Amino acid sequence: MAKYLLLKHYRGAPDAVNNIPMDQWTPAEVDAHIRYMQDFATRLEGTGEFVSGDALAPTGAWVRFAGAGKPPVVDGPFAETKDLIAGWMIIDVDSYERAVELAGELSAAPGAGGNPIHEWLELRPFLGWQHTITE
Amino acid sequence: MGDVELRQLVPKALSVLVRRGVDFATAEDAVQTALIRALSTWGNDPPVDPQGWLITVAWRSFLDMTRSDVARRDRELRFGGGPDTGAPPSADDTLQLYFLCAQPALTPSSAVALTLRAVGGLTTRQIAQAYLVPEATMAQRISRAKATVSRVGLDRPGDVATVMRVLYLVFNEGYSGDIDLAAEAIRLTRQLAALSRDPEVDGLLALMLLHDARRQSRTRSDGALVPLAEQDRSLWDTDLIAEGVAILQTALARDQLGEYQAQAAIAALHADAPRFEDTDWVQIVEWYGELLKFADTPITRLNRVVAIGEADGAPAGLAALADIDANVPRHDAVAAHLHERNGELEAAARLYATAALHAPNLAERGHQARQAARVNALLRHDSNTD
Repeated sequence: MAKYLLLKHYRGAPDAVNNIPMDQWTPAEVDAHIRYMQDFATRLEGTGEFVSGDALAPTGAWVRFAGAGKPPVVDGPFAETKDLIAGWMIIDVDSYERAVELAGELSAAPGAGGNPIHEWLELRPFLGWQHTITE
Repeated sequence: MGDVELRQLVPKALSVLVRRGVDFATAEDAVQTALIRALSTWGNDPPVDPQGWLITVAWRSFLDMTRSDVARRDRELRFGGGPDTGAPPSADDTLQLYFLCAQPALTPSSAVALTLRAVGGLTTRQIAQAYLVPEATMAQRISRAKATVSRVGLDRPGDVATVMRVLYLVFNEGYSGDIDLAAEAIRLTRQLAALSRDPEVDGLLALMLLHDARRQSRTRSDGALVPLAEQDRSLWDTDLIAEGVAILQTALARDQLGEYQAQAAIAALHADAPRFEDTDWVQIVEWYGELLKFADTPITRLNRVVAIGEADGAPAGLAALADIDANVPRHDAVAAHLHERNGELEAAARLYATAALHAPNLAERGHQARQAARVNALLRHDSNTD
C-alpha cells in the first residue's frame, strides 16, 4: 500500500473545463456537488482506502523563528499567494494507477449544469519512512 | 447494565481511592483500568454490586500498578488491606472531582478530555474518536493534564464557573463518531446541577436541553444546515423543551441572573414559537441586552443585530450592524441576510459568496454557497423577465 495526497487548489491549478464559480450554480447543483464529495469519501472508507481529508480556510499567515527569546515573526494574513491550497484527501492505495483512477473520479464532481467540473487535482506520493523490502 | 449506568459509577470509585490517599493521577489510571475490564467482562451478567466491584478492582489495579512485588507489598502495608467501601463518598467528593478536572491551569482541551474521562467515565479511545485525534495523542493529553492536576490542582481547584465552561465546550462539540458528546454534556450537567446550588448551572442545563430539543431539525439527512426559519418544528422534542423551560423558570425565580440563564431565555423564546413568524423578537432583543451585561462579546453583539433586524426591520438591523467590527465571524453572513431582506439582491449575493469563503466550517460554507446560488438564480430570473 502507498499513500497519496490529493490536493485541491483555490488558485494555481490550470483552469477546469467546467469553470463556472459555485455562486453561479443553482442551489440543487451545489447540493449535488457536496453530496458527490461526501459519497466519494464514504465509498473510500468502505474500500479501506481512505485515510483523511479536510478543507482549509482561504487565508493564513507566514510565520518564522525570529531568534531565541523573541516571539515568532508573523507576516500576513495573505490571500494573494499564486498557489492556494483549498483542501486535501489522503488515500492509501495499492498502486499509482489506482491513485490516478481515484483522483480522476474526484475531479468528476458535478458543477454548473450538473456536468463534471474536470477540476485539476494535484496528486503527490508520500515519501514515508518505511524501507521497501525487496527479497 | 448499560454503558451510561456503568460510567455513572466512575466518579464515586475515583473519590474512594483519592480519599484513601492515592494520588489523583494514579487513582484515575486505576479506575480507568477497572472500567475497561468491566466493559469487556460484564456483558449481560454484571456483578450484584457493580459499584463495589468497580472500587475493588480499581483498588487491586492500583496495587498492581508496578510489577515489583516489593513495591506492591509496600503499598499494601501503607494503605492496608482494601478500600473502605462502607462509607460512601459524599456529593461534595464528586463536586470536588469536577473542580479538579476544570482547574484553571489546564488548557480548555485538556480540561475537557480529563473531565470526560475522570468524571464522565469515557475511555481514552472513545474521547479520541469523538475529537478525531489519534488515541496516542489523546492519551498524552490526558496524562499531562493529570500531572498538572496532581501538581497544582489540589491547592487551586477550579470552581463552578470553570466547570460550566468545560461542559459547555463539550456540549458544543455535538456528536461525531460513536460518542454523543452533547448527550454526555447534558448528563454531566444534570449531575452537576444536583450537586450545586448555583442557578447558573440550572441555566446551563436549560440551555443545553433547549438546544438539544431542536437538534433533529437543524441539519438535513445529508448534513446540510437548515436555518431557523426553515426548520420543521414538528421535529422539535416538546418534552425536552418543557423540561428546559421549567428548569429555567425555577432558576430565574431566584433572581440571580447570569449569562447561561440569559442565553437559555433566548433559546426558550425560540422554542416557544409554533411558527418562525410567531417568534417574539422584541423580547429576544431585550434578552440580548441582558446577556451583554454578563458576556459582552462581538458574537453576542452580532446575534443581537440579527434579532434587531427581525424585530425592527432590515434597515434597523443594517444600522445596528454598522457598529460591529467587520472581522467578527459570520459578519458577512448576517450582512448578506439583512441586505437580502432589504431588497438589495446584488449586494446580498456578493456577501453570501464572501460568507461562504470565510465560513468557519464546511456545513456553513455549503449553506452560504447555496444561499449565494439561490440569490444569483433570483437575479438571473429578474433580468430574464425584464
